[in-house]
Amino acid sequence: MFDRIAALGKAALDTIAGAGAALIMLVRALIGRPNLRKSWPLLMQQMYSLGVLSLLIIIISGLFIGMVLGLQGFTILVDFGAEQSLGQMVALSLLRELGPVVTALLFAGRAGSALTAEIGLMKATEQLSSLEMMAVDPLRRVVSPRFWAGFYSMPILATIFSAVGIYGGYLVGVQWLGVDDGAFWSVMQSSVEWREDIINGLIKSIVFAFVVTWIALYKGYNCTPTSVGISRATTSTVVTASLAVLGLDFVLTALMFG
Amino acid sequence: MESRNTHLAVGMFVILGVLAMLFLGLRAANTSTVTNGDTYKLFAKFDNIGGLKERSPVKVGGVVVGRVSAITLDGTYYEPLVEMTISKRYSEFSDTSSVSILTSGLLGEQYIGLNPGFIDDTVEILGDGDFVYDTKSALVLEDLIGQFLFGQGKD
Repeated sequence: MFDRIAALGKAALDTIAGAGAALIMLVRALIGRPNLRKSWPLLMQQMYSLGVLSLLIIIISGLFIGMVLGLQGFTILVDFGAEQSLGQMVALSLLRELGPVVTALLFAGRAGSALTAEIGLMKATEQLSSLEMMAVDPLRRVVSPRFWAGFYSMPILATIFSAVGIYGGYLVGVQWLGVDDGAFWSVMQSSVEWREDIINGLIKSIVFAFVVTWIALYKGYNCTPTSVGISRATTSTVVTASLAVLGLDFVLTALMFG
Repeated sequence: MESRNTHLAVGMFVILGVLAMLFLGLRAANTSTVTNGDTYKLFAKFDNIGGLKERSPVKVGGVVVGRVSAITLDGTYYEPLVEMTISKRYSEFSDTSSVSILTSGLLGEQYIGLNPGFIDDTVEILGDGDFVYDTKSALVLEDLIGQFLFGQGKD
């Protein structure tokens, strides 16, 4: 009985200590005057591996999700003779929800897991300790550029995702199913607002970028330095980041559109 | 050299992001095919345009022949003035033609239906900048219900 209560207490303490450690890691990685000449190439390298290499999966899934939205939306809207509102439906669902959320989920799976595994392996092979031995702060040298790269990459990826998705909806709705071309765009233009929809979607993806990258880096930096530990940390990154994104999305939607 | 390629790829990535943003922000790219070639303008005054929008289609018997290019209020009586851009391929409408604002389906978008008039020696062909005088406004559901109820009361 008391053992169980003690286990609960230990789990609670571990959770709180973990949150604190994650915050300390982030603050220590981000504060301090950045040395632009040294950190710029590091940032570029990470932008390449996190952003550019994620581009293909983002474009392909964006295209297909837009096409599916166009197809499903058309079959429902055509019953009401309102298939010309298809552009509005596709654009709003992509810009407000699917663009930021699906990008964040894909990013957590594609780039977040890689970040965790990379840093976890650095820790297991004691590369991080060797950096410290050489008086190089691993938080500044390893963690910080990865964080900023993820933070900058994901909003760009989400924007590309939405644009490609709208084009996918256009391909299916207009080119294949024969929704009127002008009505598709004019209904979309009259319903999508710059501030209300596009900027709010961008804010969402910035928040998700922060959270996903942070979780991935912390899980890697804090993993048990064994092969089992790295595998657990990688799984935990994807699960935690996905849940955090979905939960935060509800809160942000309630704040923005509620 | 490798770092230069990395910079190049990241630069392209950022440019792609900016282009996507521009696409989302401007989407106004003129994608209508009917009004891409030679066009001429027709005008029509309505009492009520209902839910008509700029870029709504102008149709003859269901076939798109042009687009609404501007909607303004005109003159001292504040009548809605609709400017239509019609493709030059369809340039033989007589001045006995009429336009009406119709709705596609029960909940669909509104468009302009153009009914070509008869042609004989006395009528003229509509050219650039001419007015179509025979217009029928959009049906407003509340007005219809009001008329219906009013008609019931008289019986």
